Amino acid sequence: MTEAAGQVGNQIAASRPAAPAGSWIAALWRHAIWLIAALVFACLPLLFRSGTALTMMSLMGIMIIFALSYNMLLGQTGLLSFGHAVYYGLGAFFVVHAMNAIIRAKLPIPLPVMPLLGGIAGLAFAIIFGSVSTRRGGTAFAMISLGLAELVASSSLILRGFFGGEEGITTNRTRLLRVFDWNFGPQIQVYYLIAAWCLICMIAMYALTRTPFGRMCNAVRENPERIEFIGCSRTFVRFLAFCLAGFFAGVAGALAAINFEIVNASYVGLQQSGIVLLAAYIGGTGHFIGPALGAILVTYLQIMLSDVTEIWQLYFGLMFIAVVMFAPGGLAGLLMMHAPLLRARVLRLLAVPYVLLGAAASIVGVGAIVIVELTHRLVVKTTEGTVMHLFGISINAAAAGPWLIAAVLTAGGALLMRAAWPMAAHAFSDATAAVQTGERS
Amino acid sequence: MSTPALELVGIHKGFGRTEIIRGVDLAMPRGERHAIIGPNGAGKSTLFNLVSGRLKPSAGAIRLDGVDVTGARPQEMNRRGLARSFQITNIFPRLSVWENVRCAVLGSRPYKYSFWHGVKSLAEVRERTEHILHEINLIGRRDTPAGVLTYAEQRALEIAITIAGGAGIILLDEPTAGMSRREAEHAVALIRKISEGRTLVMIEHDMSVVFDLADRISVLVYGQVIASDVPARIKANAAVQQAYLGTAAA
Repeated sequence: MTEAAGQVGNQIAASRPAAPAGSWIAALWRHAIWLIAALVFACLPLLFRSGTALTMMSLMGIMIIFALSYNMLLGQTGLLSFGHAVYYGLGAFFVVHAMNAIIRAKLPIPLPVMPLLGGIAGLAFAIIFGSVSTRRGGTAFAMISLGLAELVASSSLILRGFFGGEEGITTNRTRLLRVFDWNFGPQIQVYYLIAAWCLICMIAMYALTRTPFGRMCNAVRENPERIEFIGCSRTFVRFLAFCLAGFFAGVAGALAAINFEIVNASYVGLQQSGIVLLAAYIGGTGHFIGPALGAILVTYLQIMLSDVTEIWQLYFGLMFIAVVMFAPGGLAGLLMMHAPLLRARVLRLLAVPYVLLGAAASIVGVGAIVIVELTHRLVVKTTEGTVMHLFGISINAAAAGPWLIAAVLTAGGALLMRAAWPMAAHAFSDATAAVQTGERS
Repeated sequence: MSTPALELVGIHKGFGRTEIIRGVDLAMPRGERHAIIGPNGAGKSTLFNLVSGRLKPSAGAIRLDGVDVTGARPQEMNRRGLARSFQITNIFPRLSVWENVRCAVLGSRPYKYSFWHGVKSLAEVRERTEHILHEINLIGRRDTPAGVLTYAEQRALEIAITIAGGAGIILLDEPTAGMSRREAEHAVALIRKISEGRTLVMIEHDMSVVFDLADRISVLVYGQVIASDVPARIKANAAVQQAYLGTAAA
């Protein structure tokens, strides 16, 4: 049903008259969005003052760049890469080595330009690897990207001089040339450096979607065969997209290197490539802003969930499966589906069924979490006894009671969801129909 | 006689041991509307695939304006002024009608890969796209995703994508297939309009369309051209009647 609903949403979006191009209000509005974003970035540290929050926001900024660069491939050009961390990681390693060299030679180069160097490193490797991998699209591209990722990941363990082996390579960001008396020691200064680069990269990547090249990427994604018959080379479009995505991934990697002051083999690893895929997909690859939303959510969960449970990656995987099955458009897809309803002020029609659906989903979620955690305690953490704390309650995993309650919650919640789902779907299509008739009259 | 816009010399194409095209020679003068007819499996679509660069001929030569382009890839053929449509609609389904045509316009422009021009700032591209959409009567559907157009509209868009780059030689593969009588009449009027001043080669099964539009007709049977002449004489040709039109036309 979600897909059908998504289509309806798309049709509404498409039937909306386009804003007159060149109108100064439209132009101002387009730039106003970035001004607002800049303001938000600037003010966030005033709202969230804790050290954890600052670190988290820094990581979110890095992940936003990384996920958006990944979406230049997946969302814009239709290239599924399993090895995007290669360009992120190599950008990070080159920057760390460059920083150490600059410190040694006492060169007058300030820290804020280092991400550019990371970008150039990412670009250079994207040119080398991309010239091989982008000759094919589809499955062949995905497999080659996986092979290259494995190649780089394994050489990171062999070439110890460059990759630093197990320990990795460390650096000291405070020892580069100072600008405006900032030494980038405090996290707040690093946050602003990341925020500035994040904003620049977001604007640049958004602008890229509005160029002839960006439109050709979409055309290659939609129909790679036809593009050749209108005079374009799909191979070249893919290659160019791959190079630019590599550049921005390198920038993100460089910022990560600056943030942590240490780079190790995990930067280029398959897990890092997997995380960016998850972030882009959960956020929604169909809209520019989707991967940024995904990056924020995934970073938040990575940090918060790993504090709460050891098996946070399992929940991550489950969440990914849920998105693929029920909301293939991701977070952005869901938001865009409801945007016309919000504009027409009929969103309240959905409140009751959505609350019901949300409640049912929460019940299933709680039940499933209890089962997963009980199993984990009994099967994996056998040495720690059977008594555990969950949602602030002390539970004995060996007793039948908790299992029974969890099973009832999961099954009951699932039944409720089955009842609430059609209600929500009906309410959505009714509201959509109301908007459409309203537009026609 | 001036150089033909498109010339095929001794074209052969085989897949494994099966020869689909068995020596085709054709010359199409500039500005001609040329129809290729023939029974199913005669090799018409294969011939189009060879001419448009989708397939490479096993033997023979293809010349555009006298220049040998044998074995060139589709994008090179397009750059040299040859564009084709497809029998099975081949558009960009999730892009809007406007985007479909604009991409095709961009494809013929030097800045097609530019990532430093704003696509909306290219006035010349916008005007050309608008012009094409007016020409094929789809301007009212400009913001509709191509995938939700009606069949006849998609066929019109298919033609629009083909002509948008301004190619001098247009290959249309069964442009009216699957259309109702009325739709086909519209399509014929449209093709007549857009082929003005261009060289048109079309594969078509609908004989009324063929005899209505074509200046010359070539009959392809088992990979060979058995006749190539003006419509009146094709109608009267005994070999054609026997091989293709059958007893019904006799």
